[in-house]
Amino acid sequence: MTLNLIVFFILAVFICVCSVLSVTTSRILRAATYLLFVLFGTAGIYFQLNYSFLGAVQLLIYAGGITVLYVFSILLTSSQGDKAEKLKNSKMLAGLISTLAGLAICLIVMLKNKFLPSHFESGELDVRAIGHALMGAGKYQYILPFEVISILLLACIVGGILIARKR
Amino acid sequence: MVPMEYYLVVSTIMMFVGMYGFFTRRNLLAMLISVELILNSVDINFVVFNRYLFPEQLEGFFFAMFAIGVSAAETAVAIAIIINIYRNIRNIQVKNLNEMKN
Repeated sequence: MTLNLIVFFILAVFICVCSVLSVTTSRILRAATYLLFVLFGTAGIYFQLNYSFLGAVQLLIYAGGITVLYVFSILLTSSQGDKAEKLKNSKMLAGLISTLAGLAICLIVMLKNKFLPSHFESGELDVRAIGHALMGAGKYQYILPFEVISILLLACIVGGILIARKR
Repeated sequence: MVPMEYYLVVSTIMMFVGMYGFFTRRNLLAMLISVELILNSVDINFVVFNRYLFPEQLEGFFFAMFAIGVSAAETAVAIAIIINIYRNIRNIQVKNLNEMKN
């Protein structure tokens, strides 16, 4: 039992418990808080895989940006003692059964699958390599999706303002 | 080193928990939170496959990064739509949404 494995198990239990709590809790603000914890755990997994740049991006955009957006919109749209309404038991049971069936099928298929031989190379990914790959136009370089996503973000800003403005 | 399947098990559990939330929650924001869980689990899969199977290339890494950006855009637009719905019918429960059509 190495330290790496112990850290992984702590992160895994944390992520699973918090994600289950975030879909089962009845108060929606708590659901957003548990989602924040799940995102922190995911960033921890990225850090453990030695992708610290991706972990930092996850912390900045997801945990810093999106969660704040959720909390603001929850505070705007729900009143104080707002609770999730009870679903009918039959519908809840149908959702649970179909989810568990899908989970079982996926786990069986995944664990029976023979993956390519994995070779884990520890060691930090160089930020210089990330920058060159992101800004180059050659093979295995990503200038085109970078530009496309900048256009997408611009369109999303304009669309958000257009939809949510007061008339 | 942690075996690759452990990470995949965690992300599969997270994905199906998100699906359960999507099936059973009846509040638009709660459903959006479940969608975030699903997107996040897929990001973990991309990164783990990149790290363990193709560590000399960076495709999964960049795909995860762009997926984070796209999900940020999606969340912003969806929340704008939800706030607009709230302004119209003072409610964001799914069962009241058919008041929107007339």
